Amino acid sequence: MALLEIRNVTRRFSNYTAVDNVSISVKAGEFFTLLGPSGCGKTTLLRMIAGFDLPDSGQILLDGTDMVGTPPEKRPVHTVFQTYALFPHMTVADNIAFPLKMAGKTPQEIKTRVGEALDSVRLPNFGSRFPHELSGGQKQRVAFARGLVNRPRLLLLDEPLGALDAKLREEMQIELINLQKELGITFVFVTHAQDEALALSHRIAVMNRGNVEQIDEPSRIYSFPRNRFVADFIGKISMMNAHVVETAPSHLKLDVKDLGEVTAAGNADVKVGDNGVMAIRPEQIRISHPSAEPYLKNHFLGKVHDFLYVGDVTTYIVELSNGIYIEALLPNSAPGRATFFEVGDQVGVSWRHDVGIFLND
Amino acid sequence: MSRSNIWLWSAAVLTYAFLYIPLAIVVLYSFNDSRLNAEWVGFTLSWYKALFNNTEMLAAARNSLIIAVCASFSATLLGTMAGLAIHRYKLRVLPVLVFTPVAMPEILLGVSLLLFFLQVLNLTLGMVSIIIAHTTFCIGFVAIIVRARLQGMDESIFEAARDLGASPWQTFRLVTLPLIMPAVVAGALMSFTLSIDDFVITFFTKGVGEPILPIQIYTMIKVAVTPEVNAISTLLMLLTLVMIIVAFQLEARASARTMSRNEAGK
Repeated sequence: MALLEIRNVTRRFSNYTAVDNVSISVKAGEFFTLLGPSGCGKTTLLRMIAGFDLPDSGQILLDGTDMVGTPPEKRPVHTVFQTYALFPHMTVADNIAFPLKMAGKTPQEIKTRVGEALDSVRLPNFGSRFPHELSGGQKQRVAFARGLVNRPRLLLLDEPLGALDAKLREEMQIELINLQKELGITFVFVTHAQDEALALSHRIAVMNRGNVEQIDEPSRIYSFPRNRFVADFIGKISMMNAHVVETAPSHLKLDVKDLGEVTAAGNADVKVGDNGVMAIRPEQIRISHPSAEPYLKNHFLGKVHDFLYVGDVTTYIVELSNGIYIEALLPNSAPGRATFFEVGDQVGVSWRHDVGIFLND
Repeated sequence: MSRSNIWLWSAAVLTYAFLYIPLAIVVLYSFNDSRLNAEWVGFTLSWYKALFNNTEMLAAARNSLIIAVCASFSATLLGTMAGLAIHRYKLRVLPVLVFTPVAMPEILLGVSLLLFFLQVLNLTLGMVSIIIAHTTFCIGFVAIIVRARLQGMDESIFEAARDLGASPWQTFRLVTLPLIMPAVVAGALMSFTLSIDDFVITFFTKGVGEPILPIQIYTMIKVAVTPEVNAISTLLMLLTLVMIIVAFQLEARASARTMSRNEAGK
């Protein structure tokens, strides 16, 4: 049975629907992420799970019990807030002890548990400090420790890494994965950063305008987005209008206007004659000298329109013969920029028969 | 120094002179060894001695202190609750209702309270009526200070308390109250200073019995401005000043700690 079961939950505010008939189930021990742009309803959903807000309709079940009507303090759910929300008038140790005190634990037990919690977030000697004496990353760790110390059934995390700089964020991501693995507590994580979601989660629910667009493992979300929103929101992707001319279990044959026939990954839901887009990720595209012998099925000619050198890779924007721009990623495997091509150069563009995906309109 | 700078400086100096010279004169003459507030004769503490032998003045001071303590206590209690309510329930009319007495002309408040006490409550005017009257106009000040502090705080702190297992009452006792305490104390001190030197409202609600300090001073001045009045004014000024400074310090220090530094590590 799922640990957390969200059934047909809807939440309306005066002039819009923040969460629209959403159903999600989260398994025990899972690192589950709600991903979406701001205003997609992910935070509203999180607040309803925590008990700060109530659904207009639907159920939120935890271990099979409906939580609607249970106040936040009675739910075995703790939250790590975006602003950390540490109590400024309490020491780090008192902050972490707070949920234990509320649960009526004995002073000895509180002492040991607080010590353990501080150790687990690598802040063993910080108990007597006040929150304002900590750096951003340290506050973050205290917030994690406070949320986890009383072993909630579920830990909710509301963009907890949003305020950290890029380097610290990566460190904290790794710590977070390890903490979750170690403690086995179920995490529901909210973020608008797709790279964070891909890196951390076991499963992701991509949300848009109060709806869930897709729930899947990160690699499936990335490789097989179900619709244009998901494709566009997660990572970079080039899209071109296409319609289906032939279907087979292993592949599709598409007709792309002014370009010709393109072979794409098979998809059982697609019928001959469907209109939509062919979408393809930049790293799946190879570019070569136009004279080179084509060895992949999809091979077209184009002209380098622009390139961006960003250190580890160079992104080429290539204009195909039909006037469509396509992005290609080349790793800089040699020192300096792999100066294969310059703006205006003619190039060959090719990709495997099974990497392009067809998305219905 | 540029031309505009000279103008700015002289404007500033004149403004402060206008504000503080009258006060300085009162203080100075309270130590003057002469009955007349005309020329400096020599230093003396005899006016303070005379003051402490003036039983009526001491009684007035005692009454005023009792009133100020009682009024500021009840105003702080009610004003804190009002501040919390205004912050929590975003009802537009609520702040207007609470803050209006602050802006109301004192004479109006005085007259209306007088009529209310006499004709509606049938109350005999005295200490109790003054305490109620002072409480009325102090509530607004406390509420303003408490609400300002709440507005500067991260709302998720209170949600975090609930989330981590605290009931609404525990959240108030363990998190909200300690965090607004500096504002509550500042509000209490502010109320105390407002109450102890209030003249107009006290005048309307005092009745005939007990002597009250500001009224007593006024009565003495009607006869002649003696250095004794200067002495009691100086003491009153000192008390007020200390309280105001303490109140501001408390608020400033507390908000520096909890607001700027509780931001998410930015």
